Amino acid sequence: MLLNQFLLLGAVLFCTGVYGVIARKNAVMVLMSIELILNSVNINLLAFSLFNQNIDGNVFALFIIAVAAAEVGVGLALVLLVYRNRRSIALDELSEMKG
Amino acid sequence: MVASDIQVAQNIGFGIIAVTMIVAAIGVVTNRNVVHAALSLVVVMAGAAAQYILLAAEFVAVTQVLVYIGAVMVLFLFGVMLTRARLGREADLNNKNFVIGIPVALIMLGVMGWALIDGFHGQKMPTNAAPVTTKALSDAIFAPYLVPFWALSFLLLIAVVGAIVLARKD
Repeated sequence: MLLNQFLLLGAVLFCTGVYGVIARKNAVMVLMSIELILNSVNINLLAFSLFNQNIDGNVFALFIIAVAAAEVGVGLALVLLVYRNRRSIALDELSEMKG
Repeated sequence: MVASDIQVAQNIGFGIIAVTMIVAAIGVVTNRNVVHAALSLVVVMAGAAAQYILLAAEFVAVTQVLVYIGAVMVLFLFGVMLTRARLGREADLNNKNFVIGIPVALIMLGVMGWALIDGFHGQKMPTNAAPVTTKALSDAIFAPYLVPFWALSFLLLIAVVGAIVLARKD
């Protein structure tokens, strides 16, 4: 196995997630795209962990999984709050702060 | 180069899982049905867990299945059900100018792919690597990474309390 095949897989997943963050209007779909990005980062960390025979990459991957779980919990609570106040989670309608 | 250096079985497994993951990831960002997109995300996460096993990280793979497929997906499905009345296809999931995202993603992929191929061309994974044991991983977490682990525990506590405060009805 080459190192690059894992890194390129992570790059493709990352770019797919970036496209999703830019293109999607539904807030839940944007959160799903962010999960794609975090998963691609985890693949990179574990690939370098195996490549360098160093366990630190595994520790960082576990930390990222925990942070992602916290992020999804708070993010979905925010989305629910926005939905309850506006009956919509379309991100382009949240334009009160536009000057 | 003998066959054991190329690791044919691992490479075939990697290829199948990688193609499945990329197709499912494109499904996540293009599907017009929110629930179908969430199920595509399950496929991506399961594929990522399989790649972690290929990368000799068993504990992270098990954690990925437990946390992502078990907990995060349930949260996502709750979010979809609580914020949408109907579950069918939806026409307006994309922004008006979502086309901008395509060149941005392609340019970023081009730059990153060029940098990766230029920087790590031909570097091979070690063929005789022992899998990371859970004992070694816990030794790493609880000795040199103890303070970040504590910080992470407080972060999770704050996230749980914050989510309850935000989402409850007064």
